[in-house]
Order: sequence, then C-alpha cells, then structure tokens
Amino acid sequence: MTEILIIIVVGLLGITFWQMSKILKLSQSGKKDDNGVATDADNKTQGKLMLWFAVLFYAFMIYNFWDYSKFYLPEAASKHGVDYDRLMMLSILIIVIVQIVTQFLLHYFSFKYKGRKGQKALFFADNDKLEAVWTIIPVIVLAALIIYGLFTWSDIMNFDEDEDAVVVELYAYQFGWKARYAGADNTLGKANVRFIKGINTLGLDESDPYAADDKITTELHLPVNKRVIFKFRSQDILHSAYFPFFRAQMNVVPGMITQFSFVPTITSDEMRNSKYMVDKVKEINEIRAENSKELVAKGEMPLDPYEFDYYVLCNKICGISHYNMQMKIIVEEEEDFQAWLAQQQEFGESIKQ
Amino acid sequence: MSAIANASVAQDHHGHDDHGHHHKESFITKYVFSQDHKMIAKQFLFTGLAMGVIGILMSILFRIQLAWPEQSFEIFRFFLGEKYATDGVMNADSYLALVTMHGTIMVFFVLTAGLSGTFSNLLIPLQIGARDMASGFMNMLSYWIFFLSSIIMLISLFVEGGAASSGWTVYPPLSALPEAIPGSGTGMTLWLIAMALFIAQSLMGSLNYIVTVLNLRTEGMSMTRLPLTIWALFVTAIIGVVSFPVLLSAALMLIMDRSFGTSFFLSDIYIKGEVLAHQGGSPVLYEHLFWFLGHPEVYIVILPAMGIVSEIMSTNSRKPIFGYRAMITSILAIAFLSTIVWGHHMFVSGMNPFLGSVFTFTTLLIAIPSAVKAFNWITTLWKGNIQMNPGMLFSIGMVSTFITGGLTGIILGDSTLDINVHDTYFVIAHFHLVMGISALYGFFAGVYHWFPKFFGRMMNKNLGYVHFWITAIGSYGVFFPMHFIGLAGLPRRYYTNTAFPYFDDMADVQILITVCAIVTALIQIVFIYNLIHSIFYGKKATQNPWNATTLEWTTPVEHVHGNWPGEIPTVHRWAYDYSKTNKEGTDYVIPGQDYVMQDVPLQDNEEELNH
Repeated sequence: MTEILIIIVVGLLGITFWQMSKILKLSQSGKKDDNGVATDADNKTQGKLMLWFAVLFYAFMIYNFWDYSKFYLPEAASKHGVDYDRLMMLSILIIVIVQIVTQFLLHYFSFKYKGRKGQKALFFADNDKLEAVWTIIPVIVLAALIIYGLFTWSDIMNFDEDEDAVVVELYAYQFGWKARYAGADNTLGKANVRFIKGINTLGLDESDPYAADDKITTELHLPVNKRVIFKFRSQDILHSAYFPFFRAQMNVVPGMITQFSFVPTITSDEMRNSKYMVDKVKEINEIRAENSKELVAKGEMPLDPYEFDYYVLCNKICGISHYNMQMKIIVEEEEDFQAWLAQQQEFGESIKQ
Repeated sequence: MSAIANASVAQDHHGHDDHGHHHKESFITKYVFSQDHKMIAKQFLFTGLAMGVIGILMSILFRIQLAWPEQSFEIFRFFLGEKYATDGVMNADSYLALVTMHGTIMVFFVLTAGLSGTFSNLLIPLQIGARDMASGFMNMLSYWIFFLSSIIMLISLFVEGGAASSGWTVYPPLSALPEAIPGSGTGMTLWLIAMALFIAQSLMGSLNYIVTVLNLRTEGMSMTRLPLTIWALFVTAIIGVVSFPVLLSAALMLIMDRSFGTSFFLSDIYIKGEVLAHQGGSPVLYEHLFWFLGHPEVYIVILPAMGIVSEIMSTNSRKPIFGYRAMITSILAIAFLSTIVWGHHMFVSGMNPFLGSVFTFTTLLIAIPSAVKAFNWITTLWKGNIQMNPGMLFSIGMVSTFITGGLTGIILGDSTLDINVHDTYFVIAHFHLVMGISALYGFFAGVYHWFPKFFGRMMNKNLGYVHFWITAIGSYGVFFPMHFIGLAGLPRRYYTNTAFPYFDDMADVQILITVCAIVTALIQIVFIYNLIHSIFYGKKATQNPWNATTLEWTTPVEHVHGNWPGEIPTVHRWAYDYSKTNKEGTDYVIPGQDYVMQDVPLQDNEEELNH
C-alpha cells in the first residue's frame, strides 16, 4: 500500500515538472495579459483545484484512519487506562467532526466564490450573533472536555496509597533501567548517588536498615490487579519512564523523586494471546522474515522472530543511545510475582559477598 | 486623540527635515549598514531564507536516516563527512545534533526573525504611514546582531564534538554536561552565545516596533483603523518583550552552571564514574523558565502569520475581514493566555499535579480565541469574489493547516491525554502543522503578496501555483500520518526504531513520510528560483497590483527614503472597505472600483460605519 502511495507521490511530482515546463514555455511566449495577477481563468482553475484538493485530502484522511488506526495501542493494560482511552476516543471524535466541517467549508467556499468578472462580493463586516455562536459553542464543548479531563487527571494522579500497594523504585541511568523492590518491610531504603561505590551501583545507604532487604532487578515484574506505586530516581540526567501499554508516563529527574501509580489489569500472557497482539506480532514477524532474507543475502545475521512483551522506554532525549533505553515488563499473577520476588537477592546479602 | 495629533505634527516636522538632507548614499550605507526599514526587511528576508534552506536540509538528512535506518548514503558522506557519518552511515550523535539544530534554526532564525523581522520591518512604517522606524539605528543594530548570531550558530556546526545535541529545548543536565553527550561541549557554548545575541536583537527589534506603532501613526490612523497585520506584529513584539528576557535568564544560569560551577539546574549527578559537586538545583526550574518563553514563542511565530493571512484574505476575497474587532480581541486574548499556559509542556515533568490542572484549564481556554479566528476567516471567504493569487492560496492553506494542527492541541493540552502522547510523533505532527507549516504558509503568502512592494516587480504566478499545490499535498503527506504512529507510542528523537521490533510495522509509514518530505523540500527550489528570477526579470509591478486599501500601496513603486515623496497620507477610514456600496446600494462607493483606500475621505453618498 505504501509503495502505491509513493508511486502516486512521485507520479504527481512528474506531472508537476511536466506542467511546469509547459507553463514556462507559455510564459515565455509573452502573453500580454500576464501581469502576475490572477485572471478569471486562473480563478476558475485554482478554485476547481481547491475542490479537488479537498477531495484528495478527505481521501487521504480516510485512508489514514482506515489503514493506520491499527497502530493505535491495544486495549489499555491498566485500570485508569480504560478511562484514558474513553476520553481519547471522545476527543478524537469531536476533533474529527470539527475537522470535517471546517475543512469542507473552507475549501468549498474557496471554490464556490472564486472570482468572476462582474461578481460583487458581499460587504459583510460583522455580525454579533454569529460571533456569539462560535464563541459559545467552543466554550461549552471545551468546558465539558476540561471537566471530564480534570476529573480523570485527578483520579490518576491522586491515588490512594493503600497499605498493600507494591512500591517500586525505577532507577534510570544512561542508558538503562533498574528496578528496586522494597522487600519485606515494604519501605525503600535511603539512597543517593553519593553512596555509589563498587557493587552498590544504585547508591543505597548501606547504614539504613530499610535498605538491607531491598531487591534490585533488571526486569520489572508486576502483580496483576494490584496497585503499583513507582518512585522514579535518576542517576545522571533527565529521562522519562514511558509505559505506553499502561497509559503511564513520568519524567525521571536528577535531584528529586517523582512518582506515578497504576494498577496493571492484563497479564503479559493475556496480552500476548489477545487477538490484537497475535495479529500484530504475526504481521511484524512477516516483515522481519522479509527483512531477514535481505540481510542473509548480504551475509549478515537474520533478525530474531518477535515475541511480545510489555516494555518501559525512555522518552526524554538523554544521549547517544536514547533510542535503545528499555526494560522488559512482566505482568503476572500475584503468586507468580511473589515466587519470582522471593528468588531475587536482597541488597544486604549482595554487598556482603 | 491629542496625543495622536501631536505625534503626527512631530512627524510632519521630521518629514520636512528629511527633504533637507537628501544626501547621496554610499554602497555601504545603502545596502550593508542601512537604516532604511525596507532594506533591513530585505536583509532579514534573505538571512531568514538562507537559514531556512539549511534548516530544511537538516530535516531531510535525518528523515532519510529514519526511513532507511543505518544505511549508507552518499548524501550523508557529502554533508556530514567521515567523522559524523562513518562509512556513509549517519551516527547517532549527528542525528541528535541535526534534530536539535533543525529545531533551533527553524523556530528562532526562520520563523521568528525571518517572519516577524521581515514583515515587521517592511509593513509597520508603510502601513501606519510613517517615514521609518522610531529608531533606524537600533533597527540596523538589531539586524546585524541577528546576523552575528546566525553566523555563530552556523559556526557551532563545525566545532569539536559537534553542534548542540540535546534537543532544541536544551534541557539540562544533558545540555550542561559534556560528559553526557559530545554536543554539550563547545557546540553548546556557542549555541548559548548565539541565543543570547538573538534575544538581544529580538528585544531591540520588538521595542522599536512597539514604539513605532504607538507613536508614529499618521493622522487619522487610530488603533482601531490599523490593518490586522500591524495589530498582529505589534502584539507579537509585546509578547517578545515580555518573554524573551526570561529565556535570557535561563541561558545565563545555564552558562554559569556549565562554566562557573553553580547549581541552578543540577543536583545529585553521577556520571562517567564520578559524583559531581552540584547540589540543590532543579532541572524542572529550567523547564519552567524555558517554557515561559517557549510557549509564547509559538505565538510569536504564528501571530504574524495570522495577521498576514487576515490581510491577504480580505484583499483577495474583495470583502472586509469578518469581525475586525473580534479579530483584535482574539489576538489580545491569545497573547494574554499564551503567557500563562507554559506548564502544558510539563504535565509529566514531576511538577505538582494540581498545577497540571490549572494549566489544562488555561490551555484549553486558548482554543476559544483560536476558534473565533478560524471561523472568521472562513466567513471572510463566504460570498466573496475570491482572487486566486498565490498569496491567497497560501492564506487558505494556512487556515487549513492551522485548523488541522490546532485541533490536536485539544488532546495535548489535556493533562490526562498528554500522559501517553507526550514526546511522541503525535506532538511532532501537532506543532509542525499548527506553527511550522502554518507560519511558513504565512511567510510565503506574505512574500508573494508584498513582493511588488519589496522589489517593484511581480513574481511569476504560475510557478507560485505549482509551489503551493505540491507544498500543500506534500506537507499533509509528511505530518498527517505522524499522528497515527504517535498514537502507537512511537517516541520522537529516536535515532532508529529498530531497537523495538514492536515498531517494525511502522517502517513503511516512515518511508512515506520521508518521500513526501523530500518532494516538499525539492519544490521549494521552485520558490527560490521564482523569487530570485523575479527580482531581476519579473514583470514590472504597478503601484497597487492587488487593488488593496492599505497605505503601503500609496507609495511609489520605486523605493524612496522616507517612503512618500510628498506629504504623509492622512487616514480617513479603516483598512477593509472592500466592495462597500453607496447608500442606495446601486454601485460601489467609488463607482466602478470595488475598494476604497484608507487615505480617501468619506464620500457624500457613503454611510459612515464604525468598525
């Protein structure tokens, strides 16, 4: 499909150059009425082109919505994500309606009222009623969106710190992530980059008893249907922890702890086996197989087949390998999560070794 | 009223003075260190265009990398050389440098100085009926500092470590620490120096524009008779004066953090195996300071385009601009709101969520005056007699892209929805359409429309048509699909997306975007050709080729020092008496002519309207 579009674009370009050379020839033949100002003939042609452009533009928008809407992320894997998606769909709907109406009026008027000799324009300088209408309608629509949005925002940001919530520190550095679980006491030990030494790469305060049972991991495991409170800490510069599948994002700022919280609702397995993801992964693997053929022909290694996993990625420019700063996330049942966590080494033990 | 009268008396006096010393100018004072606003406008135009060519070329280079990641291209070898494109493959740090410099150059050097500098200088004195700017000398100084700033910014491309590469917003600590990225060394120092100079020139220019508009209006030119171009340029200058100094303070603090060991923005940093001494600063503070300018900046970019479009639309529709007072009110509302919405760039920066709510509220409010403007433009077309000159096509195109791009602002301005599209391609699509492409369309519209005033000749309209249509198709081809890959969670500023197999199925879209970008960039050659060719060989312009009403079209085609050879015209009406009929409605006010120029007194058979 993309190839076809590219061919169309290149074709249009070809036509353009052909037309241009024609136009240049015409303009050299010295038409006397050509003083650089649009004539009635120009108005007619350009007015029609306005209409054609509108048709083309609508076709392109429809094509985008038809073919590219598949890129929209799968069903939100977090509790608040459902509200997020609902608000997003509502906003997109409103936007699309306004877009369709205004672009139509703009291009249609350009076509309909194209200049003709003897046509009189209407001296229509102002109209308070009209102005009021298109001030008040946006006010109402926007007020609704603002109120809806603010309620959702406040639900997301002002979460209850339940006692049994999982507290995880997400630690960012050039160019990777580490997770730190609070351990049995459910309290993260104190930490600062000034404590970084040898094996203590996250700068935990070794004298703090709360730190001893903390567990540091390179994969992020989360229990399903349980609130997770993330505390973000940076080792060096600004990063941003972006969890697209959970509709969550927060910057990671050196010198302060930022936080975000969500409740994961779909396990990695469920997501992997959802129709959306099965289709998507199938398509991706077809593309990868295709690309691998080329690579092998060039004597390079083929690409691995893709299997879906949640990830958190860095979304604030942070240096040369910014594009590959990611960590795998695994959402699993509570017992699996506990079993995995039990296997992880405590910080106190790791520094004793 | 008396203030205006006094001003015009003083000005008349100045006018007579001028006749006294019409000395012959040397090449240097006429073309280089000129104090004539028309020449300075041309200088801004050409410098802005040159920077534009460089900025667009950069975008093409990194678009090629995004479409065909990590492949070898001769064009990389040619422009980047072995150091920045090893074996013809663009390096990751050169990619970031290109992205950063593209943003910096386009936002500041092309769309701020190139657009507002060019048209403020050309139009303010001509449209308000002044012989020149309030201070010709400061105006000259403003241009030359801008020139110096451009040169320093370009030099920064060639220094050790490469140009600044921490994004055009240059957030510390990345921009403060050369250990974090090579571009934060000498390249960043030069970036900061260039920006400090840029701010200085912007302030000089803006103060000059404000004083000129307030004090040098000709007799009868009340504020409510000003063309909307002047209103837009005037308010733009005010926003610049309010917000640019804040960026200067941010830049100075960043310079101190970098070079003198202060900790305004730095704290608790461990990098390259060492803990830095900085303690207690906050990068979030920098973000506040940066966006306190950064957001008004987008209105500094778009307001002049809005003014230009309003003017050209009215002229070419042969109708008054619909809702003149509403247009002024919305310019003022946008200007006011623009200074209290900066936090919407920082919803997920770690600032207090309550602050996020406040900024959501103010941000969505700004949609109201924007909507009023869009509807007023559309109504201006309604029942018009539209003359499809190239300037008019670009004006219609500007309204189209402004609506398309502006609407997605409703999503990004909503703190909740911003969470998942923040810093993705969705943002790129939004701001390129609403401020990048729209402002460029405003710029093109202005150049086509006022070319006769600049150079006394006409541009070739047919080439203009070709330029418009390909640009219109191409730029939607570039930016519309970006919304969708943004909604997929594809982050911006990624050197390549191949590290995430999840994004593999979007590779085709990246190719489509790049092809459209190349086509759109190439067609700009037609514009440049048309511009340069027409300066020398264009058809000679008549005094008022578009049959417009404003004062610049009462000046002679050949430029004279002081703009009007005789007395300065007196203004008797607003700028939009197009197709106004006489009391009986039998004919136009002036029979057979569908417009009345601003310096024509009220006619006997004409109704006086207060707009």
